[in-house]
Amino acid sequence: MSAVLPLNAQERTILTAPLLENNPIGVQVLGICSALAVTTRLDKALVMGAGVIAVLVLSSLAISLVRNHTPPSIRIIVQLSIIASLVIVFDQVLKATLYEISLELSVFVGLIITNCIVMGRAEGFAMQNGPYRSVLDALGNGLGFALVLVLVAVTREVLGAGRLFGYTVLPLAKDGGWYVPNGLMLLAPSALFVIGLLVWALRVWKPKLQEKG
Amino acid sequence: MEHLLNLAVRSVFLENMALAYFLGMCSFLACSRKVETAIGLGIAVVFVQALTVPLNNLMLRYLLAEGALAWVHPSLAVVDLSFLSFIIFIGTIAAATQVVEMAVDRYAPALYTSLGVFLPLIAVNCVIMGGSLFMQERNYGIGESIVFGFGSGAGFAIAIIALAAIRERLSYSNVPDGLRGLGITFITAGLMSLAFMMFSGIQL
Amino acid sequence: MRKLESTRYTIVFATVVCVVCALLVSVAAVSLKPRQAANARFYMEKNVLVAAGLIEPGRDISARELDEIFASRIQARLVEFATGNLVDADKVDARSYDQRRARNDPAASRVAPRNDAGIGRMPEHGVVYFVRDGDKVEQVVIAVEGLGMWGTIYGFLALGPDGNTVRGLTFYDHRETPGLGGEIGTAEWLSLWDGRRGYDDKWHARITVIKGPAGSPEADPLRVDGLSGATITGNAVTKLMQFWLSDEGYGRFLRKFREGAVT
Repeated sequence: MSAVLPLNAQERTILTAPLLENNPIGVQVLGICSALAVTTRLDKALVMGAGVIAVLVLSSLAISLVRNHTPPSIRIIVQLSIIASLVIVFDQVLKATLYEISLELSVFVGLIITNCIVMGRAEGFAMQNGPYRSVLDALGNGLGFALVLVLVAVTREVLGAGRLFGYTVLPLAKDGGWYVPNGLMLLAPSALFVIGLLVWALRVWKPKLQEKG
Repeated sequence: MEHLLNLAVRSVFLENMALAYFLGMCSFLACSRKVETAIGLGIAVVFVQALTVPLNNLMLRYLLAEGALAWVHPSLAVVDLSFLSFIIFIGTIAAATQVVEMAVDRYAPALYTSLGVFLPLIAVNCVIMGGSLFMQERNYGIGESIVFGFGSGAGFAIAIIALAAIRERLSYSNVPDGLRGLGITFITAGLMSLAFMMFSGIQL
Repeated sequence: MRKLESTRYTIVFATVVCVVCALLVSVAAVSLKPRQAANARFYMEKNVLVAAGLIEPGRDISARELDEIFASRIQARLVEFATGNLVDADKVDARSYDQRRARNDPAASRVAPRNDAGIGRMPEHGVVYFVRDGDKVEQVVIAVEGLGMWGTIYGFLALGPDGNTVRGLTFYDHRETPGLGGEIGTAEWLSLWDGRRGYDDKWHARITVIKGPAGSPEADPLRVDGLSGATITGNAVTKLMQFWLSDEGYGRFLRKFREGAVT
């Protein structure tokens, strides 16, 4: 990776740790809300992932740039204002470009404001670190979040509707194929089950993350 | 009246913020280890929600919606500020949380201490923001906003207290290493959510 | 740092943040508004075409193609619900009429009469689309809406020249449960409506979504197969269809249409 980007070892960790070991959803337990409702289809999950990455990176950058000038007494509301403004811009751009997806995502776009990852990284990292590192951290966490979203969405769309990105992958029985779709996958609770199983898999792979009994 | 009762039951059970829409998950999972904490958080959420949803409804109607500013001056009736709703909502919520925090500190100091940092964190709880966003999307009136505020807060409270009760029992079970803690909590929440779907058959 | 904690600095900083954020947001909103309005209109009109069977559901068409079809085959007009009369075509541009906005505007709407469809307010005027083939009116498309289980359901119903036989139906905006009530948006279920009839012999709006399977459209024209696990959504569809076909909705207009009194 050093050949592609000018990153030293520490910066590399900042970028890559949130992908798995310190994954915002699976390990830090942040940003769950948007992860669950929008993962019925891969296209929705990708748009949400892109939105969160965009808001994360831009807000962390902005907050980091003004961190030494922000009066401590109003820092939370300043962070919230910056984040909320960026989310509004994302929402407006979405409505102007991918209208039908914006209808499907509806209130969950606005909920990016209260997405714990965004606030968490702003307060927890961007306020104490320079812009370059803050952007790396935001990118890493955003990608980690998007990764979980994609994994859950692929599982739910393929098993629940036999499709991926709208293309038929498992021909449905009612269309003359063999696959009888798992209706549970299209319902909300399945997202929790899938994430629970993903967490299990992650913790078996990295026993350090297991909680003591 | 019947319509409001219907809305109340729907927002507590059928459209439970935590178990049907999966909002407020972060605090749902973090504050549900003990029933005591869960009760405290639940009550606080009810207060803030019941305060912010109607307040934001008023903001929408008299400030942001198209034509809302007509009461200031007729020429302003063409102005449509609804794109500012996200930021106005979060502002109201942050202010309301601050007010509730001060009230709790004054009138119930024991609760204030036990909730600790989670009280101010209610401001960024998805349930609160989600409540206002749903209110906007569904075009609720002021009466409906009040009922929805209480109802959706109460629904979240019921869900988090129930999860805490289950988790307290789970701590005595033999959960596999990788599932312990977070993993089994997700699966439990999924099963609770599945169970709550039974309410969708109710017709009032 | 002392400077950061002074009141004056805090106020100045807060003001600057507000102004910058407000600028950013306002510029985005204002500059993108025309595109958003165009998108919303395009999406809705696409659904009119799907209801009328002029394009396949799920097929992507360009804005130009849509405009061509509209220009050559579709005429949008406004109906006054109370009388069933059409509003003069030169008085208003029916194609740009926003029925949802009119419903929420107290000056252009009224409280709806007591109904089972969960409709609180209704506009004074509704849009109707005449689908022509040459000079003949082949279909008439009306806008329907009502309260479903999780939110308002919006759709278009296309009827044949007799103002009774269903030629097509779409539900393009709803919040029903995916896989259950959400099936009302799928082509499979919607195609079950083709050939059914909205009214019975006495011209009462009687089309119903039942529990279980219905017969063929010829044998069982007033009933449509239900959706298993989605009784509430099915009932909501029945109620909203019956409302908009009744005299409170488009009923008066459809009667005049049948009798040839409107063109």
